[in-house]
Amino acid sequence: MTRHTLRAALATGAVLMTGAFVLSGCGGSGFEEPADTGSSGGLTSSDDALALLIGSSGEAETTAVEDAVAAWSKDSGVKATVQTANDLNQQLAQGFAAGSPPDLFYLAPEAIAGYAGNGSLKAYGDELKNKDDFYPSLVDNFTFDGDFYCAPKDFSTLQLIINTDLWAAAGLTDADVPTTWDQLTEVSKKLTTNGVVGLGFSNEYQRLGAFMAQAGGALVKDDKAVANSQENVDALTYVKDGLTGGYFGYAKDLGAGWGGEAFGKQLVAMVIEGNWITGAMKADYPDVKYTVAELPAGPKGQGTMQYTNCWGMAADSPNQKAALDLAEYLTSTDQQLAFSKAFGPMPSIQSAADQWSSDNPDLAAFLKGADYAQFMPTQDGTQEVITDFNAQLESLKTSDPKQILDSVQSNLEAVVGG
Amino acid sequence: MPSAVATPRRAGSSGIRRGEGLAGWIFTAPVIIILGVFLFIPVLMALWVSFSDWNGRGSPFSSRVGFVGLENYAAVTTGGGLTERNFGIALRNNAWYVVLVVPLQTALSLFLAVLINRAVIRGRGFFRTAYYFPSMTSSVAITILWLFLFNATGVVNEVLSWVGIDGPNWFHDPRGIIHAALGLGPLAGPDWMVQNTFLGVSWWEWWSGPSFAMTAFVLMGVFTTSGTFMLLFVAALQNIGSELGEAGMMDGATAWQRFWYITLPQLRPTIFTVVTLGLIGCWQVFDQIYTGTQGGPAKTTLTPAYLSYQAAFENQKWGQGAAIAFILFVIIIVFTLFQRWVLRERPVSKRRIRQYQVKGSTS
Repeated sequence: MTRHTLRAALATGAVLMTGAFVLSGCGGSGFEEPADTGSSGGLTSSDDALALLIGSSGEAETTAVEDAVAAWSKDSGVKATVQTANDLNQQLAQGFAAGSPPDLFYLAPEAIAGYAGNGSLKAYGDELKNKDDFYPSLVDNFTFDGDFYCAPKDFSTLQLIINTDLWAAAGLTDADVPTTWDQLTEVSKKLTTNGVVGLGFSNEYQRLGAFMAQAGGALVKDDKAVANSQENVDALTYVKDGLTGGYFGYAKDLGAGWGGEAFGKQLVAMVIEGNWITGAMKADYPDVKYTVAELPAGPKGQGTMQYTNCWGMAADSPNQKAALDLAEYLTSTDQQLAFSKAFGPMPSIQSAADQWSSDNPDLAAFLKGADYAQFMPTQDGTQEVITDFNAQLESLKTSDPKQILDSVQSNLEAVVGG
Repeated sequence: MPSAVATPRRAGSSGIRRGEGLAGWIFTAPVIIILGVFLFIPVLMALWVSFSDWNGRGSPFSSRVGFVGLENYAAVTTGGGLTERNFGIALRNNAWYVVLVVPLQTALSLFLAVLINRAVIRGRGFFRTAYYFPSMTSSVAITILWLFLFNATGVVNEVLSWVGIDGPNWFHDPRGIIHAALGLGPLAGPDWMVQNTFLGVSWWEWWSGPSFAMTAFVLMGVFTTSGTFMLLFVAALQNIGSELGEAGMMDGATAWQRFWYITLPQLRPTIFTVVTLGLIGCWQVFDQIYTGTQGGPAKTTLTPAYLSYQAAFENQKWGQGAAIAFILFVIIIVFTLFQRWVLRERPVSKRRIRQYQVKGSTS
């Protein structure tokens, strides 16, 4: 009996070993060492086709990118395929782990530190011919350890969206558009009537950060955690007062998934959102009339948040020369204006600004934000801290702003240093 | 039964049955290889990742990947930072889920099975299908249905309002239901509970109860799994002969006594199966969280399974992700062993035996 068990175990082991060899054999490049190209060094070049992975907002965006890539393929003679991701983070991670990542892909600034840190990304920013055309704050956003990693794809800022009908019904005019916090409080109170809350926003740092910026605060300054500064406390206290006063409201507390939905359903008269809201309004709430104004200035002047993605390039890509050429093409003036027309983002380059403003006079406030917008911290590990911060902000109404910020400070210090 | 029957000679490696062992291996080889390649080896690889500093690029077996011992496990369980706290919160949430779902679903499925098993009920087939239906529907579809039902202005709150209850904003209310029922805030506990923490989470938070969002998931868990387990109970009930029940009836046992003292003990193996499957399933909650709430509101639906995914794929901490998965594995094993011990066959105690003995008997 024992002998049998032993033999069975040995046989099983042998089969498993064979399985392992089969696996490693089949895996091909799977178990090989990826070339350690890192952040510097020249670009690879070959005849290989390019693979793009995008996290698309919808049909319009997918078609626009596919058309642009097809046009580039025709010109350059390099084949390229576009794949839309269901879950961009996961699919990218899988690609890197398997050693077969896409050549070009949408990349969020907060993901750069992690991927750059493990050598998955090629820092090609300095090779771009249109490098100096990008807004400097966007270049900063994609710079990690002194290297400019990737070409900003487009960008958005947060501003104040106002429901014109509710505005007029409250007896307000163009002259009442708030330019200070006090005025914002005032009009919010006036707009808060029969079930409508004056100003709404999502319960997250990604929106409330605008108030922190206006108060002169930030989460990270010069690579140091400054989360529990007096400026930030002031900003959150101001928001908390509005929430408890009932003239500010979190979209989720009002029964909406995000600010745009709350605004579209007319649960709020004003909302803080980015320019993606225009697409949602057109598609889902075409009857709601609105204007876009710049967010009021806080005690330390104007401030808002900016959001952007870039075209990341894989360090393991065999044809980086072509990928660079494609990235340049996709971020060129004409192409970005075409994208903007197709699905609404703002061009990431300054040379397209005038054209964009005259094409979209109603949305000019969003572009003005480029001058004073802050971006979220991008250091490795900050994403987790912000997730925790957001979790705490959900109960801002009943908690102490200073206490929340103190915990964020200690969490941040653990990842970026104090 | 005679005990001295000669056992037939085992099929050995000699004689007429020489080739059978080999044939056996050949027939089972495909499954062994498939399980080995797609299950056993990946599990070993994950185990290695949990002890390494692999950062998600290239092979975890390349020379650049170092062995870091228990570092990843330590970061999750004793790190003192956000990672430990997240794990503590996830464990707390999931523990409440297990504590509520496992007994509820076992009791409910047994109840349904007994109902359906009775010959008198009409349309048994219909009820059997109706109860089983939620189990067949994809968890993603049911999660979306749940998000609608438990919306702030959804059907559930509408129904609650008929009886004068002002329903909570289910999926956005981060308060624990115990705290909410007591009308207490997140910091209103006694000092010894607020100050002392386990895994970065204070005792006060451990006892806050599942949040409203988690409660909605608890109801969903019970709703979707009861049908499956009901079928297991129905099968077991149909295997129980009627003799013991009839004997009990002759002795004057009531219906409840017959169920409690005669039917239930015979269902012990099935109960064991149901509770084990329930424990495993409940500790692995993932689909609902991924499609429904991503851990929100305020992390109250974060579970270890989702945290493991988040750590690996979103935060690029593959070692920690794998470590969480293996801690979860150990938790499941421990719970299973524990309930096996609870449900073990016990010898009848002397006190109990005495009840059955004829009075005055000397033996």
